[in-house]
Amino acid sequence: MADFLQQVVAGLASGSIYAALALALVLIHRATGVINFAQGEMATLSTYIAWTLTTNHGWGYWPAFAFTLAVSFLGGAGVHQAIIRPNEKGSLLRVVIVTIGLLIFVNGLVTLIWGGEVRAVQSPFPAGTTEIAGVAITTADIGTIAVVLATVAALWALFQYTKLGLAMRAAAVNPAEARLVGVRVTWMLSLGWGLAAALGAVAGMLAAPSVFLDPNLMAALLIYAFAAAVLGGIDSPVGAVVGGLTLGVGLNLIGTYVDFVGADLRLPVALLVILVVLLVKPTGIFGKAEVRRV
Amino acid sequence: MSLRRTLVPVLSFVALAVVVAVVPLVVSEFRAQELAYVAIYLIAIIGLNVLTGYTGQISLGHGAFMALGGYTTAILMADHGVKDIWTIPLAGLVAGVAGFLFGIPALRLSGLYLALATFAIAVSMPAVIKRFEGFTGGGTGINLFGIPELTASLTPVSILGRELAFNDWLYYLSWSIALVGYVVAWLLLRGRTGLALRAVRDSETAAQSSGVSLARYKTLAFGVSAAYAGVAGSLFAIATTYVNPDTFPVALSILLLVGVVVGGLGSLVGLVAGAVFIQFLPTWSQEVSKSPGAPSVVSGALLIALMFVLPMGVAGLVERLRLLTRRIYHRSGA
Amino acid sequence: MSLLELDAVEARYGPVQALHGITLEVAEGEVVAVLGANGAGKTTTLRAISGTVRRSGHIRFAGKPLRGGPEAVARAGIAHVPEGRGTFTELTVHENLRLGAYTRRERSVRADVDRVSEWFPWLHERAGQQAGTLSGGEQQMLAVARALMARPKLLLLDEPSLGLAPMVVREIFRIVRELNEREGLTVLVVEQDARIALRTAARAYVLEVGRVALAGPSEELQENESVRRSYLGY
Repeated sequence: MADFLQQVVAGLASGSIYAALALALVLIHRATGVINFAQGEMATLSTYIAWTLTTNHGWGYWPAFAFTLAVSFLGGAGVHQAIIRPNEKGSLLRVVIVTIGLLIFVNGLVTLIWGGEVRAVQSPFPAGTTEIAGVAITTADIGTIAVVLATVAALWALFQYTKLGLAMRAAAVNPAEARLVGVRVTWMLSLGWGLAAALGAVAGMLAAPSVFLDPNLMAALLIYAFAAAVLGGIDSPVGAVVGGLTLGVGLNLIGTYVDFVGADLRLPVALLVILVVLLVKPTGIFGKAEVRRV
Repeated sequence: MSLRRTLVPVLSFVALAVVVAVVPLVVSEFRAQELAYVAIYLIAIIGLNVLTGYTGQISLGHGAFMALGGYTTAILMADHGVKDIWTIPLAGLVAGVAGFLFGIPALRLSGLYLALATFAIAVSMPAVIKRFEGFTGGGTGINLFGIPELTASLTPVSILGRELAFNDWLYYLSWSIALVGYVVAWLLLRGRTGLALRAVRDSETAAQSSGVSLARYKTLAFGVSAAYAGVAGSLFAIATTYVNPDTFPVALSILLLVGVVVGGLGSLVGLVAGAVFIQFLPTWSQEVSKSPGAPSVVSGALLIALMFVLPMGVAGLVERLRLLTRRIYHRSGA
Repeated sequence: MSLLELDAVEARYGPVQALHGITLEVAEGEVVAVLGANGAGKTTTLRAISGTVRRSGHIRFAGKPLRGGPEAVARAGIAHVPEGRGTFTELTVHENLRLGAYTRRERSVRADVDRVSEWFPWLHERAGQQAGTLSGGEQQMLAVARALMARPKLLLLDEPSLGLAPMVVREIFRIVRELNEREGLTVLVVEQDARIALRTAARAYVLEVGRVALAGPSEELQENESVRRSYLGY
């Protein structure tokens, strides 16, 4: 039983990382109707920046974390303004190709600047375990879950209680009407992209200590995030978080207790989730059915 | 159709066929092999063009159908002693059926959801291949080099009185199939089928109310495009003389879609340009800089820039030039 | 005092030209109606003012040239209630109101919510309700309330009667008239229901095929032969 609980907690920890990245994907899709295939690579870039600051420039972990969030935010907003916005009026295919181009570009950039070697990254959380109700839980897991929860809570507060958050929500769902009340919709959308990039940075920085840092850090994570977002509903922020946690716990339990799957087939299981959800209920658990205007 | 409208495509096709026939006489064997790959990619994107250009369904997973074709060929050749050229139509059939079957549940998906689902298939294919080791040879793959079923692999083959070494043979094989494939697609898309497919792309609702069976045409498009990819995959296996899970990576699926978009949906010129792009982009990017990661930086930047400058691809550029010359012609004539 | 002036305004949707030169004006404190059949260009006129559609020609508002897209026009003090209400259906009633005050700089909008709720008392009780679940008439009133939150100098109302029962339409126009009489709100209303529009507005313009065909005080238009036959039904 204790073993089971441990796996659940570990699953929650990895799941919260998926949740963070899934939330980033959902934010962008809700706001601009685009799936950002480059989200993972952007997060990898952010993680490298944080790593460079702490390792090569002697910054403390949390100052580097904060700085990276800020830089990622600006980067995400910049990408929206410079690259996405001009292509918005084109076909869906065009936008897909643009985000794929971005994926390839950023992936190459990371390799170009920092090389392809795998690096070990120190965790900001002290090693060791804490005992809660007879179950040994690593401090790192608790820390990860706490950081993601705090980030999600902050975002939630932003969207629910601030004028800016309200404007962003309005811009995402009814851009034309939002303009009529004076909301600068394009800026709101860029803000959304900025927040998404910052979320991706959080996911990357939390994942790096356990998965090691290399240019392909986020490739698998992106797929898990896709699965989580699809499971929860690609337009539902709540869904992204719930989907991420569920997927994390589910994958961990399946990986541990189902021999057929083991550690290697976790990724295909996630992909199976994507396929099954898309075929059975494309809008996910929390999504609303899309009404097509004829 | 007016005489001029059929004349131009036919002339450009004939011109291409002539060029194709003549080229190996003047280029090195290495070049011939590179150009053979261009033909292979051309076959794949002719099929993808039917799907994306005509029914507007976005697929990021056609590399997986190539894998199906490639592995069919490899297994038939290595385990069942089937001669390489006979495996090609079989590979196309297997992939085509798989595509058609996938097309059925895919009917419920549109736009980005479909792109995501096909992306998921492309990503999971290598892992699935590894899982069914008994069948596919798992991580080690299947080696085709030197086996008797592979034409011209050890000794040159004699065709129409000419001796062809492996690379030249491969070139002619691939291009013949590519040209035939193009004609087949052209015929398919000319008539009612093409009209129906385009109707599906432009407005599904309108098409439905006009009596076009959405289901039939969308799954048909999937099946056809997958069959083409299967044939391409089969040739790919023959060309590389080896298949393993990494022969058909996610990057290939992405490149196929990129090739279709860069080439521009529709015209023969566009499709050939797209195939050339797929084959030579990695090489060109490396010419710019060999530092690790630099080729990707160049490719990615180029791709983004192309979407800005030529959103309709090379075909769009050609079309714009054509309209421009026609306008000049009319103005000077009138 | 002229608040809004349109001079030879043209607008097009792609290749189709919808407005062929509209000239009209609205004085401060007036209620002016724009009438006409479907496709005459009424909605397009409002869209041209709020910058939702690209237009050429001159528009002056409060003495200054009016330029830019909807965001800028909203900031200039014009509130546009579009065709179909334009309520944020996924947000609550209260959030819709808060958005109405977006261009205002004050920290708290509570005072404004109270003020606006005087006109629509039911807003208070339904503050937390999702706007999409309101009835058509309630959504229309919410849209007007939202526009009022901005304390606009000019209210643009696009076909408020669309899809609503006659009793509800009468109520809405009654409120519009009261807002004008008690608070001096200037209103430019586009309407297909000419009868109720002419009873509420002091003046009206009749559009046909993107041009002003007739203009004048409401009483005159009500007596006009062609207006009666085409738009009043007798």
